[in-house]
Order: sequence, then structure tokens, then C-alpha cells
Amino acid sequence: MKRFETLTLERETGNYHTSRPISCVARSHQKIEDSSPLVVGTKTCGYSPQNAPGAMIYAEPRYAMAESEEGDIPAQPNDHGESKRLCPRVIGNRDPSVIARTGTRTTEAIKMDLEGMAPKPESEIGIPIVVARANGPDYAPTQGEDTAPAAMAHRCAERYVGSVDGRDDHQPVQSSLPAATECPPKPVMVPPAGRETNPPPVLPGSLPPMVASQPNSESKRQSVRVWGRLPAQSYTALPSLGAGVYVCGVNPSSSRTATTLMRRRKRRLIGAPPPTGPDGTRAWIEKTRPVSGVQTQGSRERERQVWEGSKDYPDSVRGKPVFLTGDNPLEASPARSPIRCGTIVHEIGIPYMDKRYQAAESAPLRDTCRHMCIPMPRIAEKPDNYDQIQRMRESRPDLAITGTANANPSEARGIDTKRSVESTSAQIHGFTNARGVPRPVTRPLRRNDLGDLGWADLVKRAGDNDPPLAQR
Amino acid sequence: TKPAHRMHAGPAHIGTPRVASPSKNAHAIMHAPPGDDHSNVMRSMPERDRDFTPVTASMVDRHVLARGSQDKVVDNTNRKGKEERPDPIAPTPTCTSSILQEDPQNLVRRASITSDSDAIPADVNHHRVDEPQAADGTSEQVVRHHPNKARGQGTLGRSLANIPSANTIGIPTLGSHNQHDCRESKRSSRDIGTRINQIIPEGGFVGNLNNLPKARFNFVPHREVGLMTAVYLDEEFGMPCISMTPAGIIDTAECIRQMQERVGKWASAPPKEKVDHEPYIDQHTRSVPQAAWSSRSIDRQNSTGKRAVIPGDATHATAMTKIPSREMGIRACRAGTYCKHDAERSNEQVRGSRDEILVTDDHTEAGDTIGRVEPPAISGTQMERHVGKRLDTPRGVTSPPVHIQNFPSGYRPSSGYEGTNQIADSVHNPHTLGTEDHLLDILGGHDTEAVTESSPIEQDMLIRSPESQLGSSQIPRSVRGKTKGKTEKSARQNGITNITVEVMYAAREILGYS
Repeated sequence: MKRFETLTLERETGNYHTSRPISCVARSHQKIEDSSPLVVGTKTCGYSPQNAPGAMIYAEPRYAMAESEEGDIPAQPNDHGESKRLCPRVIGNRDPSVIARTGTRTTEAIKMDLEGMAPKPESEIGIPIVVARANGPDYAPTQGEDTAPAAMAHRCAERYVGSVDGRDDHQPVQSSLPAATECPPKPVMVPPAGRETNPPPVLPGSLPPMVASQPNSESKRQSVRVWGRLPAQSYTALPSLGAGVYVCGVNPSSSRTATTLMRRRKRRLIGAPPPTGPDGTRAWIEKTRPVSGVQTQGSRERERQVWEGSKDYPDSVRGKPVFLTGDNPLEASPARSPIRCGTIVHEIGIPYMDKRYQAAESAPLRDTCRHMCIPMPRIAEKPDNYDQIQRMRESRPDLAITGTANANPSEARGIDTKRSVESTSAQIHGFTNARGVPRPVTRPLRRNDLGDLGWADLVKRAGDNDPPLAQR
Repeated sequence: TKPAHRMHAGPAHIGTPRVASPSKNAHAIMHAPPGDDHSNVMRSMPERDRDFTPVTASMVDRHVLARGSQDKVVDNTNRKGKEERPDPIAPTPTCTSSILQEDPQNLVRRASITSDSDAIPADVNHHRVDEPQAADGTSEQVVRHHPNKARGQGTLGRSLANIPSANTIGIPTLGSHNQHDCRESKRSSRDIGTRINQIIPEGGFVGNLNNLPKARFNFVPHREVGLMTAVYLDEEFGMPCISMTPAGIIDTAECIRQMQERVGKWASAPPKEKVDHEPYIDQHTRSVPQAAWSSRSIDRQNSTGKRAVIPGDATHATAMTKIPSREMGIRACRAGTYCKHDAERSNEQVRGSRDEILVTDDHTEAGDTIGRVEPPAISGTQMERHVGKRLDTPRGVTSPPVHIQNFPSGYRPSSGYEGTNQIADSVHNPHTLGTEDHLLDILGGHDTEAVTESSPIEQDMLIRSPESQLGSSQIPRSVRGKTKGKTEKSARQNGITNITVEVMYAAREILGYS
């Protein structure tokens, strides 16, 4: 197995297995509690957000679907009429603050102009319509998820610090909405707080509400004010943006939102790794605080404290080989803390990596490997499913973190396996949730080894193309 | 464009792998963007299959969107042929392929030239058919291909076997309790002396399909998948078909009688083959399963006259309407299927067992009907389970679409004699759920309050800040109590009386999750 001295990213563009961007978009919209997503696509597109949470847990995903029929394939000039017909049904009795029109590969393939179709119904029904495109051929799932807050970024109000700067041309001023909304309809004037000594950052990236409040607490301790989040808990709570407002992601996949904020809204990006694991959190704080003009105090000490407190986990994984296959929503960052604990990560598979946005993660990853004297993992973008599974078996890992479709087959073949999708629901950001990274990752290892029960694996002996791994 | 909400039947590209994956050694190449191989996830996770699902996605990425797939699918087909030597390979289109107007027949033709494996197209139009229809169609296409090929090669097994046997058609993967039903039907067949020739597609070798005509008849327990295949075999080889779900005591008996008749019809040998299964039926109705007796037993009389709303797919809606009505005294006030193309037959079958029809694939309509009618129980799909939860109505899940709970480790068939027991339990349980509390109320049976309340032992002086209380409310309910307890314990240990958000998080950090 080749080893690398520098972090190598190889794009395989094979037949890779991953989930649909649509289901991630649905997840993103669920975070924005007063939004009403409207997915435009075929039955296939509707099936995924419904089924993915529904078949496994008892979730009732909140979304509506406009199902395109065979007659829609040649794109109709009457698209506006369709919108007008559908929107009231979508709204129903929910009273949303925003309709999130979600495009799919269907709309992409038939070249439906979703953005062009939005303004007219928006003015007619009086509810903002935001367009997010989440089509599989173009986007990996997490990229798809990212298009939702990116679309919302355009709707954040301007915030002026000091004198009124010229209005940003791209900023559509919020139309005055009928009652019941607290969204600042006009640009907000904020008295200058010294010459921008403490511009508060906006954090793109989806977090569960409980976790979302925790970095606030941590940041407060370190005197980092957080201005707001994208996606916010409700559309009406979208952060307002002003000159000098920084942007710092909490998830590796928020590149599109961050880029939108940088380019369209002229904000500056703080390059920091996502605050997962004690080392990541410390690095994140170290990057965000100087920007506010405040010195970091004691974040290293805090990190040491947290490592000390969760000592038992690193001990259980030290020296063990780990393999991450391709369906990994948090990309390379879940590998960093385990490497810091001493695991040897052979390969990290990801559907997509924005190299520039993720430069802030690659550097700590590389440094951690060097510090721990562990060979760099190979990062395979869009790995070919079949080839990667062969590589995984060759590398004989003690732990595999795979996508859902490969998890059970891998476990049945005697490899302790964990599903990567669990990292999306686990609480792993911030010092408070430091155990959130090593704990679930080590759970398969803390279970009884199959070998203890006397078996190498639990697959049926078909005899042909699946020789079992020898007992370790 | 039409508004749609949650759907009962999945899309066509889930239907095809449901037939391809359980066949031994078959492989489907799905021409699809990322995520369409969701059947792999379903088979691996809810169904807990231990093998890698034999479905590979030939990726439709932006290049394919722009230029068409060109050689990609064919190359992938050939590659898979070399890697895993499957037989056959089924290049499977998805809705994206129809939008891109790709021709699956052409892909197959090209693949057949270069590949060693047999390439069979799964030709289903995604705008016109849904999941079960696609599964049915694919099954028919695969079956059609093989006997035709065998006939050409002279290997078609036409002579009837001496021992009567039957083919079971339509056991795809990801069905509701299909594996168990299959086992139950094997058991019953053995009991009545009929061998199983082949089961399609579950565990079947596609190569053996040329021997299908050796059986006396074909048995199709689930109408949604398998009927087209049986019709083909009837037209082509004159094989009679029993399309009937052996669910419930009455229909199981009827099914056995029909099998008896079919076997007798083709008997080439003299009378010693004449069979009579009436004694078997009699014994099994009276004593072997508990269902018939338990439905008549005294406490179950309380169910008589109760009503239920019963939607489902064609097979299960019909079965779950007839059985409670005919065998348990529970009548359906609304019943019907979401398989609209089969509604007429379904409605015919349940005439006399239900008050009104509810045929719809719009789950909001079903939900509204239930809200209006306010039945004492619902027996339907997962969608109706959600509705029941919302309306606080006792509910049971008795029909696909499947959920992880439909794949229990234990033996839970819904057909055959054991199936009658399972159904009886699943019907009676929701009806008695409310009764327990009701009786306790009437008879004063609740335990005294002082004992049941978990007592706050210490009168503590802890002050909880408003933010920490808000923070508490965000903790999932199932762990809220424990988390609060840990926080308070940690606070007391450290002499803290003012519980703020920071104290909560600190406790969490030290003590971890529950």
C-alpha cells in the first residue's frame, strides 16, 4: 500500500455510492423551521427525502413535491401558470416564512428556469421564494445541502456599521412582508463600535439546535461574539450582514455558502478547520479570535483538559488501522481527531472536496500526521465503489467507516464497521461535545469482537467471489 | 406538473433491483446519478442483507448530462462482467435516462456484443410505472428471455416432473415479511406433498429458469409482483396459475383446495396421485394455529363490531379487510388500495367486508378521511401510522411500504396458518390498547399516586437560570431526565448552587452522554 508524504487528493470519478443531494437539502430546510421546501422533480426525487429517514427512523420529513410528468419533459412556456397553481397548495395551512424551491436533476435536464420563475409568484403570494439547486450529477450530497443556505445568503439584510455605504447592487431589498415577521425589512443601522475591533462572524453550516448554542457559550468564554448562523433556526432569524463581517464555517461542506457570502456580499473568510474534536475546536477558536482583535487565552489548556478527560477513548484506538469509504458527509475532518489519538487512517473517501475552502483542514490534518509520525492518508474523491472495497479489504483495517449500503456487508465480513452518516446526527462540535468524535467511532471496537465468539465472519458460504478474511 | 406528497409506492428504479438483487448471480447496472442506488441502502440496512448488493450505479454526472452516456454504460457493463462474472447483467434505466432520452435496448445490444454475460434490458418507463409495476415488468422480462433462449438452444425443460411441483413467483426483496411468507409457503407445500420447483426471484438462479415449465402450476401470492410473469407462462406454456394470497383461515384453505385441483388436473399418472387435502385443512383450522379459536375466545368478543380504516397495497389491503371482517368480527369502515391500477379487482374482493371504498395514492387524502371518520383503529402503511400518531388512534402497520421494523429476526409470516396467528395478534393488539387504561379507570386499578411519582428526595437549593432551562428543553426528551440529574449531581459535587448554561455544558463534558 502506497504511503504519502504529503496529503494527496486523488479524484477517481468512479462509480461511487452516496446519497442523493435532495435528502440533504431536505435536512437543511428542516433546520429552518419556518420554511416550506418545494421539490420539483420526479417520483425518484421525492422518494429519497421521504424514504431515507422514513425507512430507518420514524421521521416525517416536512416538504412538498411538484412531480413532473411525462408531458413536462419538453419544458413548457407555461411554467409560471404551474407555479401559481402549486404554491398555494404547498403553503396549505402551514404559514411558512419562505418557500424553498428545490431543483433536481430533472429540472436541470429539462433546463427549467427556476430562478426566473420565482419573482412573479413571490410578489403574487407575498412569500419569499428562494431557489436551491441540488442535482446529483452536479453536486455531492453535502454540496446539495449547502445550496440551501447559499440561496438564503442573498436574502440576509444589510447591516451598516458607521455611515451608510452604498447599497450592494445584488441585494434585493426585502419586500415589506405582511405582518408576523420579524425579519428586518430595511437595512439596519448599527452604531459603530470603535473602528471594527470586534466584527462578529457569521457561521455557515448546519448544526443541531442544541449544538448551535454551545459554541456560543464557548465563544463567549473566549470573547468571540457570534453574529448569526446560516442556516438559522428560522428564516426570520437570518443574520444581517455588513461590511467587516467575517465568515467562518463550522462544517467542511459549507463552501458554497461561504463563497456566496464572500463574492456577492463581500465578506471575508476566516480559514479554519471545522470545530470538531478538541484539536479542531482549539484551532477554530485560535483562528476566529485574532480577527476580533482579542488574544486567545487558554484554548490550548482547554484542549489539553478535554483530551485528559476523554483519555480512555484514544487508548482504545491507538495504532489501529482505520479506513473511511466514500459516503462521508463530513469529509476529511472526522479523520483528524482519531489520527491525533494515534489511529492509522489508510484512506478517506469523499464525494467532493473543495480544496481551497478546505485548505484550512488539510493543513492541520497533515500536521497532525507528521506530529504523530503516522503516514498520510490517501484522500480519494469520488472513489469507485468496487475498487475502494477491494482496497479496504486489502488494508485489513480494524475499523471501517462506510456508507450505509456497505456497512452491513462490511461488518458481516468481520471488519468492525461504523456508518458515516451517524456523524451528521451526532453532536461533535465544540469542546463540550469532544467525546462526540471518539466515542461513536470507537463503539464498534468496544463491542465484542466476532473472533471472541469463534467466527471470522457471518457470511453465507457461497464459495465464489467472497472469500472470508482470515481470523485476526 | 402535479403536486404530490409522500408516496406509497416507490419509483420504478427501486422496483427493478428488487427483482435483480435477490437472483443469485444477477447484477444490475443502473444508469443513474448519485443516490439512485438507494435500493442498496435498503437491502443492506432494513433488510440486513450480509452481501454487497449486486447493483452498480453507472454514474450520470454533468458530462453525461451534457453529452449523453456514450460508451459509459456499455463500458461499465463489460467491466462488471469481468469483475464479478454475473449472469445476467441488466442495464437499468432510471428517470434520468428517459429525460436524456437514452435507448436502453441499444445499450443492451451493444453490451451483448462485447460482454460474456447475458445482457437483459430492464425496460421500464419511469413516468408510467411505479415500483411494484416495475418489479413485475422486470420479472416478466427476465423470465421471458430465458425460456426463449432455452427453446432456441433446445434446453427447455418441458416434461412435467412426476412428483407434483409448483413455482412460486413474486418473492422480491424488500417486501413486507416476504422471506417469512416464502418459508411458510414452502412448509405448507411440503405438508401437502407438492414440491417447490423454483422460486422467483428470491434466491433463484436465472440459469434455471428454463426449467420453469416442469412444474404443474405457478403460484403468485402477491398480486403486485409476479402476475405478469405468470400470465406469460400461461400464454406461452399453458401453465395454470393460482393468483391468490393464502392469508387468513378461509383463504388459506381455499388456496390449498385450488392447489389440489391444479395438481389433479395435470395428473398424468393413475389415481394414486389423487389427493385430498380436506383433512389437512380441517386439522389446521381447528387446532394447529391459534387464530381461529382465539378470535372466538371470550375476551376477544369485545372486538366485535369495532371498526377500522384499512389502506394498503393490493395484496395487504384486501387481506387485512377480509380477515378481520370474516374471521374476527371487525369491519372496515373504509378500505382500499393505493395501487390504483388494480383497484377494481381489490374493491370486488372486499365487497361485503367494508362500508366504503378508499382508493387513493394521496396520503393527505387518506389522512383527512381518517380524521373525519375517527375509527377506533387503523391498519395500514407507515403513512397511516404517522396519521394515527397525530390523531392518537391505535394503529398497526400491515402493508408495505416497508420500514426497518418489517424485518424482524423472529418468524413473522403474514400468510399461511402461522400467518393467521400473526395477523390475529396484530389486529387485536391495537384494539385492546385503549381498553387497558379504560378498565383500570373503571375498576380503580391504578397504583396510588404517592408511590408512582419519583420523589425528589432532597430539597435542594439549586437555582436554574432561564437560559439553562431553555437549554434543557432542547435536550431530547428520552435523555432529558438523566441529563438534568447529572447536571445537578455535578453541581452539588462542586458546591455550585446556580445552574447556568455553562454549568450544564461543563457537566456534559465531564460526565459525557448518558
